[in-house]
Amino acid sequence: MKEKAKILDEEGINRAIMRISHEIIEKNKGAAGLCVVGIRNRGVYIAQRVAACIKKIEGGNVLTGALDITLYRDDLALASGQPLVRKTEIDFDINDKNLVLVDDVLYTGRTIRAALDALIDFGRPKSIQLAVLVDRGHRELPIRADFVGKNIPTSNKESVEVRLAEFDGRDEVLIAEKE
Amino acid sequence: MAWTKKDLLGLEYLTEDEITLILDTAESFKEVSTREIKKVPALRGKTAVNLFYEPSTRTRVSFEVAAKRLSADVINIASETSSVRKGETLIDTGKNIQALKADIIIMRHNCSGAANMLARSLDISVVNAGDGWHEHPTQALLDIFTLREKLGKIKGLNVAIVGDIAHSRVARSNIWGLTKLGANVILCAPKMLLPVGIELTGAKTSSNIDEVLKQADAVNVLRMQFERDEGAAFPEQLDYFKKFGITEERLAKAKKDIVVMHPGPINRGIEMSSNVADGANSVILEQVTNGIAVRMAVLFLVAQAKDARK
Amino acid sequence: MSILIKGGRVIDPLNKIDAVLDILIQDHQISKIGKNIQAADAAIIDAGGKIVAPGIIDMHVHLREPGREDKETVLSGTAAASKGGVTTVLAMPNTLPAMDCEENIKLLRGIIAKNALINVLVCGAITKGRLGQELNDMAKLKRAGAIAISDDGSSVDSDEVMLDAFKSAKQYGLLTVCHCEDKKLSGKGVINLGFQSTRLGLRGISNESEYKRISRDIDLAARADTRVHIAHVSCRESVEIIAKAKKIGLKVTCETAPHYFALSEEDIVDYDTKMKTNPPLRSKEDVAAIKAGLKDGVIDAIASDHAPHTENEKDIEFDRAEFGKIGLESGLAISIMELISKKVLSWPELVEKISVNPAKILGINKGSLGAGDDADIIIVNAEKEFLLEKSKIISKSKNSPFIGRTVKGLVEYTIYRGKVVYKN
Repeated sequence: MKEKAKILDEEGINRAIMRISHEIIEKNKGAAGLCVVGIRNRGVYIAQRVAACIKKIEGGNVLTGALDITLYRDDLALASGQPLVRKTEIDFDINDKNLVLVDDVLYTGRTIRAALDALIDFGRPKSIQLAVLVDRGHRELPIRADFVGKNIPTSNKESVEVRLAEFDGRDEVLIAEKE
Repeated sequence: MAWTKKDLLGLEYLTEDEITLILDTAESFKEVSTREIKKVPALRGKTAVNLFYEPSTRTRVSFEVAAKRLSADVINIASETSSVRKGETLIDTGKNIQALKADIIIMRHNCSGAANMLARSLDISVVNAGDGWHEHPTQALLDIFTLREKLGKIKGLNVAIVGDIAHSRVARSNIWGLTKLGANVILCAPKMLLPVGIELTGAKTSSNIDEVLKQADAVNVLRMQFERDEGAAFPEQLDYFKKFGITEERLAKAKKDIVVMHPGPINRGIEMSSNVADGANSVILEQVTNGIAVRMAVLFLVAQAKDARK
Repeated sequence: MSILIKGGRVIDPLNKIDAVLDILIQDHQISKIGKNIQAADAAIIDAGGKIVAPGIIDMHVHLREPGREDKETVLSGTAAASKGGVTTVLAMPNTLPAMDCEENIKLLRGIIAKNALINVLVCGAITKGRLGQELNDMAKLKRAGAIAISDDGSSVDSDEVMLDAFKSAKQYGLLTVCHCEDKKLSGKGVINLGFQSTRLGLRGISNESEYKRISRDIDLAARADTRVHIAHVSCRESVEIIAKAKKIGLKVTCETAPHYFALSEEDIVDYDTKMKTNPPLRSKEDVAAIKAGLKDGVIDAIASDHAPHTENEKDIEFDRAEFGKIGLESGLAISIMELISKKVLSWPELVEKISVNPAKILGINKGSLGAGDDADIIIVNAEKEFLLEKSKIISKSKNSPFIGRTVKGLVEYTIYRGKVVYKN
């Protein structure tokens, strides 16, 4: 992997999360009945940051959860490297909630498709909205994000690397060339 | 760490990392059984065949539930109804099941090594659900999983296994798994039920249950089967209970939080007293619950490994 | 028709010869042995750099005919033998029907006369149907052509019957070959009793089940004042007991088989039923004792215990699979690898174990290369390495535990009574 360009630094990521949080509040007319669920791995940390941000702005509590979509992937049988199954932690009832699903990068849309299937097995939210830090295009399914931190046009030969302090030790978003 | 084996035949054949991977994966799967909808699509379109040459309700049902929670289709073949009686060889039976395009055979067999033989003859996955006196890997995995959940670790624990070690596949699998993960295993049984050379596995042996219980963090009590017709010497039932039965009096002298396990079904009053089986230290029903998660993990991993090899 | 074998290393321990010599064969006999023999009309075999030795006498072979021709026949078995350098076999009596009466032995001898490529000697059964109950009529067995008796595959449990057997064998000049196994001790065992049986969860067969029965048979033979030959010795205590008996002058001889010094219980990996034998493959300690017994002379002979079984009988659960392995074709190479290469035996010592001593024990005039002797000769390229492959097995059954091994010592010629019966 060859690093090409840094798209967001720590400050940029913070700003994007702040903006997404404001947009979520605005769209949902407050934080009541709102829950934020991150997709493992990095989506979970972004979700926690968004929830914290919303809390700061609106006060009160915002429910957060973590979703592992491995068991719902449509490419399980094709996966070359074996996916590690991690825990799903949604310790609250999602029925009739406005649920914001959070991931780091939106690409083909297949992860989101799997996540939607997984969420439906947990209940019937009033709505499911999608927030992503980066939308890099190249959708293979009719899926779009409601909240986007940054749109980055990419080619299929490139990869988008999101690094978060909680997971990687530092905050940045890079574009790299696949070798 | 990736799982690469198409089969699960025994814990002797696994590394510490592989055992840990199964346990970690099982931990993730445990949550599925707590949901309203206890089902994930991971093995949708896959077929698992329960091939049981020995009567077993518990293990078969546990595997069936596990497979169904992964959305696999499950077919049950019991020896009473199969063509085994018509003299078909095990390998032929296996190849027929493979020709049906099944993906996983879960086999219980009364001959040691039957699962090994089937696994090397077939391309599809074979999961050993107990073969003779050899291994019962998923039982040991669920025992170890339960222990890890209760005590937070395996390394350094003193685990006693009590009962008919000689004829027990559960004992053998537990010995391999626990010693690989760094536990100290103490086998406690009348001398006649300790098989030759068992110390070479790394386990210690003793015939004094009270001494063993004093040090033990956990005790796994094996089911005693007095009806065996081995012609070999066997202790008398009441005498066994007196000398090796796990009773409240004995537990009173053990560590306060000692974990008491049993693979089931329990002979109350033979290997342990009723009040111990139902008591505060007993995790017997949790073992049953954990069995589902462990078997889900195993089925998922072997199916993935097989797909990855294609 | 004459053959001249030129320039080979001739090993003839009986005549104390180990030298580069020529051998001239005329008709079915050796006519001359010496340096630079000239024979204008003889077919010449250049044996330069090769071993020339008396043909192997394998005193423990299951040819399975009559009754189990799907496993082996006299024809296929003797063809396999010839490939392994074997020119005489003693055919074990556990056929269907067993060799327990004159008619059955005559039937087998008829097949041998018609189909055998090499010398096949017949071993009669000790008891009716090999059930250990009713002693056979030894006079009739002898008259029909049996030279030895055995209930091989089983041991006669009754001391009285066995004592009578020894007495009767003595009376009629038959050799008694004992399969020593106390079934009450070995029970349903399938492999050696030890860590391996514990590890694999298989029922074990103790050394005791073998050596106790050896003790008894030696004792009974002594009481009958006759000789006894102990078949397939596999463990340390057995060697010790036989050594002791020999020391006090009892007429005991014994054999072991290549798998008891080439393999141990630890080779039973992943329940390979080709490794399931009776007696079982023993511990490494026992293997060492067998090698020592060969070296110091306690063990007189090496025999294959060639036991062919079909795949149907072997490719099943370990508990249910038949005991036994084939060994006619691989015995010599395995012996060279394990005994010569590892300096347990010298070539002359090995030839004693595989030819000279078996001839003595059986009381046949073979196992030597003197002028006038039967021209049963093998020519072996001792240094030639080759792979033991399933596809190259001649025997009807393929249950060899040595498949896939690279071994040393290729039989290039097997000559039986002056005729080349195998050539590689």
